[in-house]
Amino acid sequence: VKIAVCVKEVPEAGAARRIDPQTMRLDRSGEGVLNAFDANAVEAALRVKESEGESEVVVVSLGPEGALDSLRKALAMGADRAVLVSDEAAVGSDLVATSRALAAALERESADLVVFGQQSADSDGAVLWAAVAERLRLPMVSQAADLTIADGKATVKRQTEFGYDRIEAPLPAVVAVSDAINEPRYPSLKGIMGAKSKPKDVVSVADLGLGADAVGEAGSKTEVLALNDPPPRGESRKIEDDGSGAQQILDFLVAKKLI
Amino acid sequence: LSTLVFLEHHGDVLQKGPLGVLAKAASLGDLEVAGIVAGSGVAGLASVAGRHGAAKVWVADDPALEAPLPQPRVDVLAKVVREGGYDTVLFGASVLAADIAAGLAARLDAGLNWDLVELELRNGTVVGTRPALGDSVYVEVGWKGEPRIGIIRSGTFEPAESGGEPEVVQVAVELEDFSTRTTMLEQAHEEQTGPSIEDADIVVAGGRGLGGPENFALVEDLAKALGGAVAATRAVVDAGWYPYSTQVGQTGKSVSPKLYVACGISGAIQHKVGMQSSNVIVAINKDANAPIFEFSDLGVVGDLHQVVPKLTELVRARKRS
Repeated sequence: VKIAVCVKEVPEAGAARRIDPQTMRLDRSGEGVLNAFDANAVEAALRVKESEGESEVVVVSLGPEGALDSLRKALAMGADRAVLVSDEAAVGSDLVATSRALAAALERESADLVVFGQQSADSDGAVLWAAVAERLRLPMVSQAADLTIADGKATVKRQTEFGYDRIEAPLPAVVAVSDAINEPRYPSLKGIMGAKSKPKDVVSVADLGLGADAVGEAGSKTEVLALNDPPPRGESRKIEDDGSGAQQILDFLVAKKLI
Repeated sequence: LSTLVFLEHHGDVLQKGPLGVLAKAASLGDLEVAGIVAGSGVAGLASVAGRHGAAKVWVADDPALEAPLPQPRVDVLAKVVREGGYDTVLFGASVLAADIAAGLAARLDAGLNWDLVELELRNGTVVGTRPALGDSVYVEVGWKGEPRIGIIRSGTFEPAESGGEPEVVQVAVELEDFSTRTTMLEQAHEEQTGPSIEDADIVVAGGRGLGGPENFALVEDLAKALGGAVAATRAVVDAGWYPYSTQVGQTGKSVSPKLYVACGISGAIQHKVGMQSSNVIVAINKDANAPIFEFSDLGVVGDLHQVVPKLTELVRARKRS
């Protein structure tokens, strides 16, 4: 089975994240890391590989060249190689533009299974897989809390607002996993050392057969108009319980006329 | 402006989220707000949609749409957007809606903005507001070209009963081959017992910080004293501590009660999306750095096993007096 995992580099969790008021884009100049939700996707792919044998796991990403550092974590976990679409023209791509570039990169791989993580930690987007599956014209299942590959089919336990669904899709298919699906492994020292020599392919938009106007702001259909402060949430208080915590909550609820 | 709203249903019930979106769309001064219902045996839902403000309701009623799967619905919506000439397509956030909206965006090469908390008409075009970076920035977003596709954050707009009988248009369902390759094998949906957490004015929720299923009694007692319903996080539902029907979050219910009391809940993003529109949020957690405190009105850093039972006693005493 050939498995492609779509991953993203996001700003480090502890970093002070900001949107650049000039470009209206997320400031990505600081340290980047592999999106934590994507580690679940890599783990899910590795488990399929381990149960199936004779499989290849390739991580596919769109981002600045520096994102290779973050892809290395996926390789250290056990992925076999990485493909990074990196191009000045792709900066500022929205959903339609990003899905176009990723779909083109995935088409070259013709994987049996394409795996996504639950969402990106920076844009809180949780939609990309559906756009990519549409462009690849493949069956798609999201919110997978369990994934089994057997007999050329993916069987998924999917979580929705109403309970669990069990859904089956013939391969090739796109599956987006929830972070409830597994506990991602930590890279071993051997894995970290081995990742250095694994193939890392950096491709341009032109390499994918796309024009520069298919991606980036030119290829995007949404735009950021302005950045505003959030509305005030009212007074917010955090107190240490010194034994009076319950009483303080009660007083608060009474003051708010909730009791 | 001509707007189409995807009206998600579950069983025989149109979901509250998209009905709220319908009310908002109608308030933008659009006389011709339309809704679309897609499923099997759903013709009866058209009049409900009409009562909630849809002037026209497209009904795609077909056995092939029985299971709540997104891809066949992309086919249906793409066709209706073309036939009806809609310039704006709106969704209330849900697992199903997100997948349909993104598939539709790729199909039509249309812009998609998600997690919107406001929509307004400005100089003849639509401007949305999307909170970003943990709601620390409110981003004004627009669309370049039409149709525009938007997903509205859960609990943002309230449904309103305004309209009368809608014009009903049947949609001839034609599906793409790849859209029909997924099969629903089983839907294990628990029937809800007790009062619905979505309708409750007060919700008391428990998370992993409770330490074990036996401690849910603390949450239940407080809920009872306050006259509220009990909710849970995905982590504890996954662990089998509490029923699925009480789950709040991205893959659970979205609630916006007057009061939400979070007991031993860290406030991960998946939980936050299901309760952030609550009027007043009170959190009790022993970890002072838990994200829940960033969006609580009152946060108590302490041991919930001490604070919660004591609070229950105080509430009971006050109600007695």
